[in-house]
Amino acid sequence: MKLPQFDYQAPTSLIEAVALLMAGKGDARPLSGGQSILPVMAFRLAEPSLLVDLRNIPDLRAIEVSAAGVRIGAMVRWRDILDNAQLKDALPLLPEAVDHVAHYQVRNRGTIGGSLAHADPASEMPAVALALDAVIEVVGAKGARDIAAADLFTGSLSTSLSHDEIIVAVRFPAWPATRRYAFEEFARRRGDFALAGVATCYDVDAQGHAKNVRVSALSIADTPIRLKAAEAAIEGRAIDADAIKAASAAASAEVDPAGDIHASARYRKALVGTLLGRALTRAAARTAR
Amino acid sequence: MKPHHGAHTSNSYIGAHIERVEDYRFLRGEGKYLDDISREGQWHAAFARSQIAHGKIRSIDVSKALAMPGVRAVITAADIEGDIPTIPFRRPNPTIGPYAQPIIARDKVRYFGEPIAMILADSPELAEDALQGVVADIEQLPVMIDCKRAMEDKSLLFDVTGSNLASIFNADKGDVDAAFASADFIIRDQLSTQRQTALPMETRGLLAEWDAKNGKLTVSGAAKLPFFNRTTMAAMMNLPETAVDYIELDVGGGFGARGEFYPEDFLVAFGARKFDRPVKWIEDRREHLMAIGHSREASCDVELAFSKDGVMLGMRGDLFINIGAYVRPNGMTPVRNAAQFMSGPYRMPAIHIAAYACVTNKTPAGTYRGPGRYEGNFFIERLIDQAAAGLGVDRLEIRRRNLLTHEEMPYPLATVLPSDGRADTQCDSGDYRVCFDACVQEANWAEKSKLQGKLIDGRYHGIAIGCFIEGGASGPQENARMVLEKNGDISLFAGSSGIGQGIETILAQIAADYLEIPMERITVFHGSTNLLKKGWGSYGSRATVMGGSAVIDACKKLLALFRISAAKRLGVEPEAITIAEGVARLADGRSVPLAEVASDHLEVDGSFKNQTPTYTYGSAFAHVAVDPGTGHVDVVDYVVVDDVGRIINSMTLHGQVMGAAVQGFGSVFSEELIYNEEGQLLVGSLADYLIPTASDYPVVRCVSMEQFPSPTNPLGAKGAGEGGIIPVGGVVTNAVANALSSFGVQPKTLPLTPSRVWEMIEDARVRA
Repeated sequence: MKLPQFDYQAPTSLIEAVALLMAGKGDARPLSGGQSILPVMAFRLAEPSLLVDLRNIPDLRAIEVSAAGVRIGAMVRWRDILDNAQLKDALPLLPEAVDHVAHYQVRNRGTIGGSLAHADPASEMPAVALALDAVIEVVGAKGARDIAAADLFTGSLSTSLSHDEIIVAVRFPAWPATRRYAFEEFARRRGDFALAGVATCYDVDAQGHAKNVRVSALSIADTPIRLKAAEAAIEGRAIDADAIKAASAAASAEVDPAGDIHASARYRKALVGTLLGRALTRAAARTAR
Repeated sequence: MKPHHGAHTSNSYIGAHIERVEDYRFLRGEGKYLDDISREGQWHAAFARSQIAHGKIRSIDVSKALAMPGVRAVITAADIEGDIPTIPFRRPNPTIGPYAQPIIARDKVRYFGEPIAMILADSPELAEDALQGVVADIEQLPVMIDCKRAMEDKSLLFDVTGSNLASIFNADKGDVDAAFASADFIIRDQLSTQRQTALPMETRGLLAEWDAKNGKLTVSGAAKLPFFNRTTMAAMMNLPETAVDYIELDVGGGFGARGEFYPEDFLVAFGARKFDRPVKWIEDRREHLMAIGHSREASCDVELAFSKDGVMLGMRGDLFINIGAYVRPNGMTPVRNAAQFMSGPYRMPAIHIAAYACVTNKTPAGTYRGPGRYEGNFFIERLIDQAAAGLGVDRLEIRRRNLLTHEEMPYPLATVLPSDGRADTQCDSGDYRVCFDACVQEANWAEKSKLQGKLIDGRYHGIAIGCFIEGGASGPQENARMVLEKNGDISLFAGSSGIGQGIETILAQIAADYLEIPMERITVFHGSTNLLKKGWGSYGSRATVMGGSAVIDACKKLLALFRISAAKRLGVEPEAITIAEGVARLADGRSVPLAEVASDHLEVDGSFKNQTPTYTYGSAFAHVAVDPGTGHVDVVDYVVVDDVGRIINSMTLHGQVMGAAVQGFGSVFSEELIYNEEGQLLVGSLADYLIPTASDYPVVRCVSMEQFPSPTNPLGAKGAGEGGIIPVGGVVTNAVANALSSFGVQPKTLPLTPSRVWEMIEDARVRA
């Protein structure tokens, strides 16, 4: 569990960073908060020859709130998100989810961009990005491009980023005033990897019915997944006890989780439904802003 | 009740709530642990460990590793001349000889993680890099990870023995067949506890130095039993005992596992001697999980016989303990303990328990706080709650009727054979109903019992109470050397070792009271073999009783010398002198303070011999709330009431009890060393091995009593380091069963993970 040998660079510009990653030909990895890559290296599960530390690159740490939505720089740390007063109104699901991220020390170091790039299916951020239709801004050797969250996660710990691409920011669409939301996860101890979790939000129309229902789940498949049957079960309905029950049942029915040393598949399947039920109950109880 | 050792002590420190002396350095970051020391030119060791759980070694090629940067040497079995030394047992018995662990695998590997090579390199990183250069060609053999499967002997770990059964311990008392024949009610169940490890926060580590000129080996990083390990090392190294020293630094926890003699201990020292270089090794957490002693993997098929009014008549059945691939120095302790102590604090007239110690392709087991006692307590307390329901007797009443009373002391437990030197033992003193009733009161059982099985805000509430005894004061002896320094202060050199339990404080308190001088004038040094000629250490909850009693002996001897020195100075007979508060006085008013005789070089060796264990006893209460949706169990309240004979320091005592109880919560809910069918350990880090953290559980409420001092020692104290953990499995599980009584859930297996709790509820729902 000692780090293997590697080179370290801390460039001061994105162009330089991309050049270093390109020269590394897949053997170089960006270093952001270091809360995932360093343990992975200590376990010798990855042995990159070069770490390209993004700490000295300017303009990756801004949280910008506008009428168009929210843009969060890749190097913004969990702590910054939790401490930001604007986000509590502009994107309230995010701080609610981030509150579940690991422990105090990890939240002080870990970054939003790093979490998305690491793509751990048990992480909160990928599921939130998926539920909220986030757009991931990346820069690489071929220039800049946007990746929809739905297109980013390709498998456990793998993404559609090419080896020379760096996430620079995450954009979230504007948050409608009538939106209800909740994030629920269950871990064996607070801060552990979740056994399952759900992020949900929906907008309430004039009749009090749910529109644009989004449900995503973490720690239930190789990637975060949308629970489309659960969404469909309540789209256009008032979120009452029956609707919640229907969504909960649909969620459990549509997932096919694996069992591991922490929990059986059967348990996880049921847990997703339980958590969605609790999330929707809380969401429905929230008053409009 | 007054302690019974006379009026010699002013008793101002003993019994007080005194902050730990050691904490000043710990809280300032000034503790000195093994990894805080380094030597010029030292090499670092890393161990190549078998990735195959059972196989014949065809070859081990280390040439690639040797060619890697910074690698100085690689040791394999081929470098050991003659037979590979095996690690001796602390408590031998006639059958376990062939199962001893060799210090490195030569012909065969028997568990995932068994050392096959040691790399020596310039840095720990380079040493770890070179592990990839060790290529082992191993012919796989069938893997046995389950105790009962191993007992079929279809694949043998040791061909020479023809059996995978290392030992069978039989615990017997009275006529058990007659007891069952006369019973009105019999309850029988099959229950199990899971494989765990003690998990001290500081992993194992050693720094070995060879002094070629003087032929002397020094091993830093000692813990638990430095003197036994020195004897062991000297014998294995073919050195006189005086040529080996074990040096104790600060130790980040022991809990039975850290400080035993392991294969790496020998190999690190062997490397230092062979290459005449200091060699340092710090275990990382992943190898810690696969290599330090495991414990607790036990199952039972046991039945209890009762009269119709709930009086226990007898207990019989089988215990199966999975001890892993070898018998380690104390590998039999949990096995024989489970058999002997399962009846615990209860009056059990007839017993026959057979405890089977079977070898499997898992990491060898050893002791973990409350070895065998925790397992046995879980088994019997689960049976008692089920018996209460079956008999229609109240859960409090069935216990109260069977708890031992003062009039029955000393009370013999079952005899365990083959003998490891302590076949017979007896509860020493106490009235076990007193703690029980106090616990019922403290827990507010009358009020809480209204919650049983109730669903409140989505959670089912349950309560339970359980009772335990804790064996302490392991023999045979402890020593303490005491020196009067030039400034009149006292240096105390204890054979006891410090493993985080606070003996610098405890022993200073005792010495201060017996010498009648301020505690600040006493400095305690401990745990190293160069401090005093003979010593034992800290295991089996012994340091306070054994070490403390040795300190009393030293104090008495020092005061006797002081009397003689003072008498000489005053020109009187020693009998004319009265000593109080560190001053020798005559009736005529003349006096000599202790500091004044320092020039006489007063130095004494104190010792205390005792083979009779103490038995702290008590009761624990748990209130839990179960979330049926997630299977999460919240411990709402937890109370422990114990009688420790005599309280030396209520603060350290409650630290022990509380810490042990919370450690027990980890046992009940989250800690498990899980293997796959190939014998690979699936738990590689603390993200998988879930120990309790500070925010996971409520404040454990401790009440300690000292109504019945132990007659075995001058302090009247009893060992109290393990009692806190012993009842946790039984009482918490019974509380969960109580919470889920509307479903008829009866947990049989630990840990109670959320997944398992939910499945029990779900299965009960489906059944209903």
